[in-house]
Amino acid sequence: MSAVHSTPASAAPHAHAASGHADHHASGFWSTYVFSQDHKTIGIQYTITSLLFLLFGFALMIVMRWQLAYPGQPIPFIGTLLGEANAPEGIMLPEFYNQLGAMHGTIMVFLGVVPLAVGGFGNYVMPLQIGAPDMAFPKLNMMSYWVYFLGGVAMLASFFIPGGAASSGWTSYAPLSVIATAGQTVWLTGMVFLITSSLLGSVNFITTIFQLRAKGLSFMRLPFFVWAQLVTSFLLLLAFPPLEAAGVLQLMDRLAGTSFFMPSGLVVSGQPLAVSGGGSPLLWQHLFWFLAHPEVYVLILPAMGIVAEVIANNTRRPLWGYKSMVYATIFLGFMSFVVWAHHMFLTGMGTAISTFFQTTTMIISIPSVVILTALFLSLWGGSIRFTTPMLFALAFLPMFGIGGLTGLPLGLAPADIHLHDTYYVIGHFHYVVAPGTLFALFAGVYYWFPKVTGRKMNDALGKIHFWSSFVFINGVFMPMFIQGLAGVSRRLYDGGQSYAHAQGVLHLNEFMSISAWCLAIAQIPFIVNFFWSIWKGRKVEHNHWDATTLEWAATTSPPLAHGNFAVVPEVHRGPYEYSPPGNGRGYIPQNEPAEGR
Amino acid sequence: MEHAGTEEVKKHVRVYVTVFVALMALTVVTVAISTLHLEVHTAIIVALVIASVKASLVAAYFMHLISEKKLIYAALTLTVVLFIALMALPVSHYVDRGL
Amino acid sequence: MEIPYTATVRPDTGVYNAKLGIWLFLASEVMLFGALFSSYVLLRVGAPSWPHGYEFLNIPLATVNTVILISSSVTMVMAWASLMMKNFTRFRVYLGLTILLALAFLVVKGFEYGAKFEHHLYPSESTFLAIYFTLTGLHGLHVVGGIIVNLYLWGPGSVMWKRDPARFTNRIEIAGLYWHFVDLVWIFLFPVLYLL
Repeated sequence: MSAVHSTPASAAPHAHAASGHADHHASGFWSTYVFSQDHKTIGIQYTITSLLFLLFGFALMIVMRWQLAYPGQPIPFIGTLLGEANAPEGIMLPEFYNQLGAMHGTIMVFLGVVPLAVGGFGNYVMPLQIGAPDMAFPKLNMMSYWVYFLGGVAMLASFFIPGGAASSGWTSYAPLSVIATAGQTVWLTGMVFLITSSLLGSVNFITTIFQLRAKGLSFMRLPFFVWAQLVTSFLLLLAFPPLEAAGVLQLMDRLAGTSFFMPSGLVVSGQPLAVSGGGSPLLWQHLFWFLAHPEVYVLILPAMGIVAEVIANNTRRPLWGYKSMVYATIFLGFMSFVVWAHHMFLTGMGTAISTFFQTTTMIISIPSVVILTALFLSLWGGSIRFTTPMLFALAFLPMFGIGGLTGLPLGLAPADIHLHDTYYVIGHFHYVVAPGTLFALFAGVYYWFPKVTGRKMNDALGKIHFWSSFVFINGVFMPMFIQGLAGVSRRLYDGGQSYAHAQGVLHLNEFMSISAWCLAIAQIPFIVNFFWSIWKGRKVEHNHWDATTLEWAATTSPPLAHGNFAVVPEVHRGPYEYSPPGNGRGYIPQNEPAEGR
Repeated sequence: MEHAGTEEVKKHVRVYVTVFVALMALTVVTVAISTLHLEVHTAIIVALVIASVKASLVAAYFMHLISEKKLIYAALTLTVVLFIALMALPVSHYVDRGL
Repeated sequence: MEIPYTATVRPDTGVYNAKLGIWLFLASEVMLFGALFSSYVLLRVGAPSWPHGYEFLNIPLATVNTVILISSSVTMVMAWASLMMKNFTRFRVYLGLTILLALAFLVVKGFEYGAKFEHHLYPSESTFLAIYFTLTGLHGLHVVGGIIVNLYLWGPGSVMWKRDPARFTNRIEIAGLYWHFVDLVWIFLFPVLYLL
């Protein structure tokens, strides 16, 4: 077995020999960089595209927060650029506020976070971590990206059609969404594209993990990141189709005049609607939430996977309770399919069925707690290296903790009566996704940047990015719990100004908006650092973090263009053999042969 | 199946023909029973039972599920469980709604 | 570098990649059609009245279509069996028959839909017609998809038989699995929509 730490010099000729015969056909610009079938290129495409969408989704909120802080005031700088239809004289119309709100949610969830967590990190890192030359279906992988791209373009384009973008919330409840402007049709079409992309991707991920694991890589030796991606892919595979079906039904209602979701006797603007009626608005909610609940676990599981990798690496210890974490993840994935109606407690459900969903919801908090506890306990006794990725991973723990704990009253039907559709909900889910998942994704960027580029990101800028983001993000979302408890509803374009019960907490709007604008400025060091480091970052060794997993230990940084590995790795141990007793080096890579071989 | 010789495949062909005949017969049966205009609940059960038998024959013999690997069975079992959850959706809607 | 297990079987899982891939895809299709069936149940249970299939729908035509589709499933599996017996000519005959039967299915469907539209029976008329058209329409789109895949494998795609017969045989097996699934959905659609 060749030495683990092959220097660049010795790896290069080997690499050419191994991939030489694969280079027979010249790869043009289009097939190398645009329609690439290489998982690393596709991972980078997903990463750049999704980061841009995250920025755009954030920008939408930056604009919205002006209206919330100073309702009815002309928006500075860009107000007049938004157009007469959206903001006459720079003052945001409620219709435009609703578009911004619906698209902010849609873009962040479906075009930003999931494509980055799964399409970006999953695509790039997972095949490397399992010792595979690529994904099982490279052509399918390429199509997944481009279908996602087309869906994203459609979503963006919807802002520019008459009537503007979708404006019925990211949840698109009927009957409002059925009678909404054309932007909703574009939303539905875009969703069909995005769901298709997701389905193709999940087939690829699951097949790759089962079929292309290196020799010796049994399931219980997989890095936790790979387990997280596996369960996530099953959720995407089996939960998205009902939303696709629902999307088709809503398209039929909008375009063919059917009444799947339109009840009888509906009157709009004083006129009875000319439809057959007999439909059920709640059918949409059931089908939507059947996906959207598992979707939130799609949002969090890859993040937990990243945090687990970064924590093990930077504590120089194995993960505490790896097996428990794996079983908890599988159980969580399964339970996520039977909790959906906790989003529907206020739709007239009876007590028996409310109790059922409340119970399953309480049960599902257990595996989340198991995973979070295991991650916390993994810190105990560790020699913690406070690298930039580790800062973000550490912050994830209490932030996700707050997000998770604030979910409990929402999952309890009686408490939810007061909190449903208030700012408390917005605070809850943003804590989980923003200082939760997004911080984990930042950790992943800083952690794997050296693998992708062979260079490090700047530490000083990284720490500025971390501390300022951490402070301001809490400034944005913590007050939301206070507003929610006071009864301020979500999706109010004036931030609650016209409600008597909101008056006492209105002042928080300005505080949250300023925090949001400062949070935006806090991303500048990250953006500058990211692009500057690609070309000018300090060059580093292949296994810069002294990590045990295959993506670090068994290949170069960046990995070989064709086939990833000069020598196909063989795995001889678990994924986190850090600080084994009597080992001077301080870690044993997964592919290092066992003693005496 | 991948390495089956011609003789083995011929055996399978005999099975395919048998299944085809069975499927045709069951189609005739299901249409015939529908002409009896049974009471709705009974009709639903009978129709779904016959359809399930037909579907099982297609799945087991045309799709070779009867000799498929554990991994495929596992994926399909998970799917069946979640399909049941999906079918429970309308039940959860009406049960105890009091509307 | 070659992706392993594209044509050969991985020892511990017992399958080649595309076999697992297609079954996963079919699993997602079960959830897709399942959601539509679930919607059908919810809408029908909540409806003050619901017509019997025979009041609006053409049972003889649909029975013919059931026979056509089941037959096409047989010809599809025979196409694969022919390749397993190394008989390329017979494979082409059977796959060709499968495609023709599938086209016949669509023609009959065309007549069915046409007759409905003539009588102003559009999806917008009632939730019964809405779910009927949506379920059969989505199924019909899947038939179209199957025809396109099968046409490709019958025509330009069949050159792979000379180069890599094992891999081509696997492709036909995979296409067959998809096609049988399309038949499976119809086996449930037919009684649920037409006979109940």
